[in-house]
Amino acid sequence: MVGGAIGLAGVAVAAALYTQLGSLVTALPGAALLICVALPVFVGGGLLLQRAGVTGRSPGGYPLTLLAPSLAYYAAFFLVPLAFLVAFSVATPLGYGGVSYGFDLGNFSQAFDPIYLRVFTRTLRFAAIGTLLVILVGFPMAYWLARYAPAKRKNLFLGLMIVPFWTSFLIRTYSFLIVLDPHFVLSRGLEDVGLIDKPLHLLYTNTAVQIGIVYNYLPLFVLPVYASLDRLDWKLLDAANDLGSSAFAAMRQVTLPLAIPGLATGTLLVFIPMMGEYVIPQILGGGRVDLMGNIIQRAFLEQQNYPLGAAIAMVLMAALSLFLILYIWLSTRATEVGDA
Amino acid sequence: MVSLRGVTKRFEDVAAVDRLDLDIRDGEFLALLGPSGCGKTTTLRMIAGFEQPTEGEIFIGGSPVVGVPAHKREVNTVFQQYALFPHLDILDNVAYGLKQRGVGRKERRGLAAEALKLVHLVGRDHARPAQLSGGMQQRVALARALVLKPKVLLLDEPLGALDQKLRKAMQIELKRLQADVGITFIFVTHDQEEALAMADRIAVMDAGRIEQLAPPRELYDEPATPFVAGFIGDMSTVGGTLAGDAVELSGGLRVPLGRRLVEAANGAAVRVGLRPECATFRPAEGGPGNAEVATAMVLGDRLQVLARMGDGDEVLLRQPRAHGDAAVAALRPGDGLSVEFHPEVGLLLECAGAATAAPVVAPTPQEVAS
Repeated sequence: MVGGAIGLAGVAVAAALYTQLGSLVTALPGAALLICVALPVFVGGGLLLQRAGVTGRSPGGYPLTLLAPSLAYYAAFFLVPLAFLVAFSVATPLGYGGVSYGFDLGNFSQAFDPIYLRVFTRTLRFAAIGTLLVILVGFPMAYWLARYAPAKRKNLFLGLMIVPFWTSFLIRTYSFLIVLDPHFVLSRGLEDVGLIDKPLHLLYTNTAVQIGIVYNYLPLFVLPVYASLDRLDWKLLDAANDLGSSAFAAMRQVTLPLAIPGLATGTLLVFIPMMGEYVIPQILGGGRVDLMGNIIQRAFLEQQNYPLGAAIAMVLMAALSLFLILYIWLSTRATEVGDA
Repeated sequence: MVSLRGVTKRFEDVAAVDRLDLDIRDGEFLALLGPSGCGKTTTLRMIAGFEQPTEGEIFIGGSPVVGVPAHKREVNTVFQQYALFPHLDILDNVAYGLKQRGVGRKERRGLAAEALKLVHLVGRDHARPAQLSGGMQQRVALARALVLKPKVLLLDEPLGALDQKLRKAMQIELKRLQADVGITFIFVTHDQEEALAMADRIAVMDAGRIEQLAPPRELYDEPATPFVAGFIGDMSTVGGTLAGDAVELSGGLRVPLGRRLVEAANGAAVRVGLRPECATFRPAEGGPGNAEVATAMVLGDRLQVLARMGDGDEVLLRQPRAHGDAAVAALRPGDGLSVEFHPEVGLLLECAGAATAAPVVAPTPQEVAS
């Protein structure tokens, strides 16, 4: 009952909100469409909650009503905008921000233009290399933290890793402008040591963007991996060793399989935002490095071609869904291991 | 089969194991017994290869193994909490070691199934460890180690995680299993009852050293040091005066002496250790008797009293109880007790002024009684 009521209240709030929003940007049709999309979601969610209310508990043992606030929020501010995006992606652009709603697949054929595909592969490369680098740097870090860091200092080290997050993302990225400047310590230092003989011109290059991406996303990877390694019983490695595994074999056969939930979460947590990253390329790439995020941003804000931007975003999301499916598959497999 | 020569292990400045010499025979069931922190687990881990000794030499089957990593030693371990791989099913857990040796998939599964049969665990091949009870996990851990046919099987508190009833059953089963496979078993425990029940010989350890290495009966009847006397079995101590081959208590009671762990002159103040079965007792008739009941309890087939004697020292006494016997069971605190010692039951532990090897760590009668 409570669940159903919350669901209906959510519908009312969302309807009110979006009819208002709709009048600003897209007028009535958008709002109507939104309500059409949102209504089944809310009613469905409400029914689900109500059904759960009969038993009172989800299979996991938590009352499902606890989910209601996040579910309502998620529906109102994620699913509904998503519906907007879908509506935009099949609308016809009229120029200068105007659109005519309909079912026009022209935006998609434009989105598959070789220019955009090139940007897409570039973005994929950036994200893939970035993720790889994050894993290479982050895994040993998480491993050390979980296994070798002095128990009393663990929280300190974790804190040190999170501290940069208290600073604005923009400020951190802008500060890298200084770090990468040819006249700054990094370049000077390397020159003094004799590793390089002329100033390092990293700024506004792919490398700069790559460095910035890895730096910004590293903690997002280290934390979940640390969490899963921290739960690992290190006696298992003794056991593997005792049964004839070398340290390397034990890592491959015991540590890694047991760290999969954390690795999958961490990888996804860095890979997906990397695919949509547009601030770092803008700042550290000086506008010379274009990624998918920049294209979408420009389509919306500069060209005011909402349908094209929406279509490209949809394609990107579809591509990323593949990774999500992989993640869900991996993590449910891992949960089975954990539960069993 | 396994020999330790002057093995010392220091962690920072603390010697966890201190110049240990130990020879373990082929096919023997040996227990390393001691209180926590006595170095027994460290000793086991050095034999397994998880720790390297700071000094000394270890031989397994005649060859020196110091410096040989754990995965190249012909010993296998059953871990305290079993350390089963949670992501592998039971069969794969047992087959893990064979896989490391490059045994083919089909063959190793066959061998693993056989090993599971040996430990009486069939039909759960594809369960995950967490789906099994503690006793079953214990069997898997045993099978996983035994399937490799090691020269020596090391067991680290193998029964510690099981409940009392299961533990008793597993003690018998482990003993039987060891006789069947004929492998040398070395197991670590802090539970003396477990050690007494299973081991052929027990090495009682304290502070990184072996206090005594002997078969269970010998440890109980002829303890070499006050520590062993106090650690193995129940022992109460009473103070008195040495008088020839007996110790006279202040109430006039005489404890006939057997073994002496210290030298003492006639007339010296001494302390003497007494096992619960050292005497018979009955309610005193027509007088105060020679001791007084502090507590009395019926333990089913036995009767236990804490008798106050001498200078107020309390001695734990137990005797068999005839079925339906209510007279002795009616003893109340403060009742008079007539105690009669068997010959040569007193263990001379310490003498005022004489140096003893180690402080006596006997359970106090209060602890035993509670």
